[in-house]
Amino acid sequence: MIPDIVLFIILALVAVASAVGMLFSKNAIYSALNLILNFSSVAVLYLILGAPFIALAQVTVYAGAIMVLFLFVIMLLGAERLRRSETLPYQQPVSIILAAILAVVAIYALLFRPLGIEAASVANPDFSSPAAMAEMLFNEYLLPFEVTSILLLVAMIGAIVLTRKRQRRVQR
Amino acid sequence: MIPLSWYLIFAAALFSIGLFAVLARRNAIVILMGIELMLNAVNINLVAFWRYVNPELIAGQVFAVMVFAVAAAEVAVALAIFISIYRRRRSVSADEIDLMKW
Repeated sequence: MIPDIVLFIILALVAVASAVGMLFSKNAIYSALNLILNFSSVAVLYLILGAPFIALAQVTVYAGAIMVLFLFVIMLLGAERLRRSETLPYQQPVSIILAAILAVVAIYALLFRPLGIEAASVANPDFSSPAAMAEMLFNEYLLPFEVTSILLLVAMIGAIVLTRKRQRRVQR
Repeated sequence: MIPLSWYLIFAAALFSIGLFAVLARRNAIVILMGIELMLNAVNINLVAFWRYVNPELIAGQVFAVMVFAVAAAEVAVALAIFISIYRRRRSVSADEIDLMKW
């Protein structure tokens, strides 16, 4: 009980701090590294929630694959710093206000409208094993699963087509 | 056990930070990272609600896996677009990609 709460608070602080670090680093590489820290701490949160498969998928897919892709592209383009350019003067304050309003309203709604949901107790200790999840995924959610695979295929083809060098017209 | 609302507040904070990154940063790659952060906050909500409301049904985790797949696809396509833009304009600043601005 108490260790859980302490762990949750530490992880939440690390995650929020690294998200803020992502936000304010001038260099995009540091942003990406901060985001990796954020994703890893969220993965540990999933473990506390009792979702081991999601936690490991978070580490491999998000912190691994997606962030490596980000780092690759940042280094490939050399785009870690932008040239200085004209900016809208009101953009920064307006976005601070909008994001702060969203945060305050969401937190207010959660704090002062109690949900009245207690953690459901579970009889079966194996309730979220990858095997149980696979059974669900391949029986009840088979169609969405297949649609997702088609989506990934389409994204792959799209990425290849978009990054292909434009070819000069070939002479017959 | 930790109250459900803590998870929701945590996810709301992450979502707001991601929203701020999307609105305020000019580097298009960091904007995409903000979107990833927002998707991640949604995932925390999905898993937390699954655990607290109906743990016997594993639907919440299944949805989280789908969000993973969609996020991966989105990042691949978006980064490909950035590479393509960079080839033409030598920049990924969101301010300079303004061809469709009236």
